[in-house]
Amino acid sequence: MTKSNGASPPRPQLEIDGVSLDFGGVRALSNVHFNVYPGTIQAIIGPNGAGKTSLLNCISGLYRPQHGAIRFEGRNIVGMAPHHIARLGIARSFQNIELFRHMTVLDNLMLGRHIHMRSGILSGGIYWGRAQREEIAHREVVERVIDLLEIQSIRKKVVGALPYGLQKRVELGRALAMSPRLLLLDEPMAGMNSEEKEDMARFILDVNEEWGATIVLIEHDMGVVMDISDRVAVLEFGQLIADGTPDEVRSDPKVIDAYLGREHAIRQER
Amino acid sequence: MQSGTFHTSYASDMALRPYWIQRLRIVIVLIALLIFPWFADRYWLNLANTIAIAAIGAIGLNILVGYTGQISIGHGGFLAVGAYTAGLMAVRLDMPMWITIPVASCFTALVGAFFGLPSVRLKGLYLAIATLAAQEIIIWLLTHGKLLGIGESLSLPRAANNLFGMPLADLGNNDFVFYWITVGCLILTVIFVSNLFRSRTGRAFVAIRDQDIAAQVIGVDLFRYKLLAFAASSFFAGLAGALTAHYRGIISWERFTIDTSILYLAMIIIGGLGSVSGSIYGAAFMTLLPALLSNLARAVSGFVPDINAYLPYIQQGAFGLAIILFLIFEPEGIVKMWRNVKDYFRLWPFSY
Ligand SMILES: Nc1ncnc2c1ncn2[C@@H]1O[C@H](COP(=O)(O)OP(=O)(O)OP(=O)(O)O)[C@@H](O)[C@H]1O
Ligand SMILES: [Mg+2]
Repeated sequence: MTKSNGASPPRPQLEIDGVSLDFGGVRALSNVHFNVYPGTIQAIIGPNGAGKTSLLNCISGLYRPQHGAIRFEGRNIVGMAPHHIARLGIARSFQNIELFRHMTVLDNLMLGRHIHMRSGILSGGIYWGRAQREEIAHREVVERVIDLLEIQSIRKKVVGALPYGLQKRVELGRALAMSPRLLLLDEPMAGMNSEEKEDMARFILDVNEEWGATIVLIEHDMGVVMDISDRVAVLEFGQLIADGTPDEVRSDPKVIDAYLGREHAIRQER
Repeated sequence: MQSGTFHTSYASDMALRPYWIQRLRIVIVLIALLIFPWFADRYWLNLANTIAIAAIGAIGLNILVGYTGQISIGHGGFLAVGAYTAGLMAVRLDMPMWITIPVASCFTALVGAFFGLPSVRLKGLYLAIATLAAQEIIIWLLTHGKLLGIGESLSLPRAANNLFGMPLADLGNNDFVFYWITVGCLILTVIFVSNLFRSRTGRAFVAIRDQDIAAQVIGVDLFRYKLLAFAASSFFAGLAGALTAHYRGIISWERFTIDTSILYLAMIIIGGLGSVSGSIYGAAFMTLLPALLSNLARAVSGFVPDINAYLPYIQQGAFGLAIILFLIFEPEGIVKMWRNVKDYFRLWPFSY
C-alpha cells in the first residue's frame, strides 16, 4: 500500500466536516474539520477532555452532533442509528472495555459477525441446516481473527474473568471480526505495559497492512502515535488545532504549546 | 474442565452437549420420561403435567429476563392471553386443540411484542412498571369480559381435546394423555431455545443484556431484538397458557394475576437466570414444594388437627423463605448447585 506519496490525493474515506457537539453548555467539539484517507492510520491526540472520545461517538452514531456532517464513503451518516452505521463497515473499540462480560471469547467474536449473518429466530431455533452452516462458515472467519491476535488458548474462556490486557485484545478482535473498512480505536493501549503495547501496535499494523482497514486511533503514548500513524489530528478543548503528518504535527508551534510542550515541561519537572 | 476430548470439526466443537457423559445423561432422562407415566398414578401424572407446563412458561420468561435482561412482571397476563385465546377458539369456533394451541401461542407473541414496545425507551424498574401495566390491562379486560362475552370462568368443550380428529378421551385418562402432550411440548421448547442461544439471534439477546451500547455498535438493532425477545418469551407463555386451558378444561382469570407473574419470576431466580435447565428445576421446585407441604400436613393432621386451616399460610411462607434462602446462599440458583455437585464428582476422588 502506498501512502501519502501520490500526486493527486485519493478521495477521503471519512470526512469530518464542521462537526460541533454541545452538552447543554459544554462545547465538546467545535467546528472540527479533517479527512481520513483509505488505508491509512489516522491518529487523534489531545489532552484529557479534548473531545476525542466524543468525536468517535459521533462517528459511530452514539452522539448526534448539532452541526456539521460526517461522511463515510461519500454518504452523510449523521443521524443514522449506530447499528446502521455498523452495517456500513465501521467498527470500534471503547476506552473503557465494553465487552459482553458473561459470554466466552468465541461468542464475543461471533457477535462481531452479526451483521454478516442472516439466520433469524426460526432458523436459529431449528438450527440444523441453515443456521448450522452459517455458524460454521463464520466460525472460520473468527478463527482467523483468533490466530492473528494469538488468543487461541482463551477461546472458550468467559471474558469477564480475563486480565485487562487480554480483554483489550478481545475487544479489538470483536471489532476485527466485523471485517470493517474503517476501524475506530479509543486508546487501545491505555494501561498496558510496554510489551503489551508493542503487541498491540503490531496487531494494528498487521490489520492495516494485511486487511487494508483504515484506522482511526486515539492514543496518549506519543512514541507509538508518531511511530505508526500516517497522519495525526490534534484536538484541544474541542477545537482542531493541527492536522498533518507526524513530522508536521511535531514541529507545529501550536501543538508544542498546547500539548507536547506541556508534556515536555512535565517530564522535565520530574 | 473436561480434558482429553478433542474436537476435530467446528460442528462437533459447537455441539450442545459435546461430552459422551452429557449425552448419556440425556438418554437416561428421556428413558425415565418414557417409563414414568406407565407407573405413575393420576396424582403424580398431574404433578408432572403441571411441572412441564410451568417449565415451558418459565423458559419463556427466562428468554426475556435471564437472557435478554429485560424485566417483566406481566408474564401472568401473557399466560392468560394464551389460555383465553385457545379457550375462546374452542368454545366459539369449535376449533380443536391442534389448531387453537399454535394459534394462541402466535397471538400471544404478538400481544407480547406490543406490550414490549415501552422496552425501547425504558429500562429496569421503569420497564417493570410498564409490564405491570400490561398485566393489569389484560386482567381488567378479562374481568370486564362483556367485551369478550366471558363470565367468571370459561369451560372448554371436551370435544376440543382431539388431535387431528382423534378424541383424546379414546386414548386413556386425561392426565395420562396430556402427559405426552405437555412433555412433548416441553422437549420441543428445550431444543428450540437451546439452539436459539447458540446461534445469531440468541447471542444478540445476550449481548443486549450484557452491554447494550456495544451491542448497537456491532450492529444489533435494539428495537427489533427487544421486541423479538418479548415476542419469543410471550410465545412460550401463550403455549403454556393454551396447554393449561385444554388440560384443565376450565379457566378463570384468578389463575393469571400478578401472583402468577411473581411465581414465575421466583421459578427462574431459584432455578437459574439465563438457563434452560434452570427454568425446569425452578418450575419443578415451585410445583413440588406446596405439594410436599400439603402431604406433610396430611401426615401430621392426626396430631395437629388445625393444620389444614393454616396450610395456605405455611405454603406462602415457605415460598418466601425459599426465595430468600436462595438469594442469600445460591443467587445463581439450582443449576449452579447441580453444577457444583457435578464438578465434585468429576474430580472425585481428588475433590479438593
Ligand atoms: N455524555 C456526556 N455528557 C456530558 N458531557 C460529556 C459527555 N461526554 C463527554 N462530555 C464532555 O465532553 C468533553 C470531552 O470529553 P471526551 O470524553 O470526548 O474527552 P477525551 O478527549 O476523550 O478525553 P480523555 O483523554 O480523558 O478520554 C468533556 O468536557 C466531557 O466532560
Ligand atoms: Mg476519551
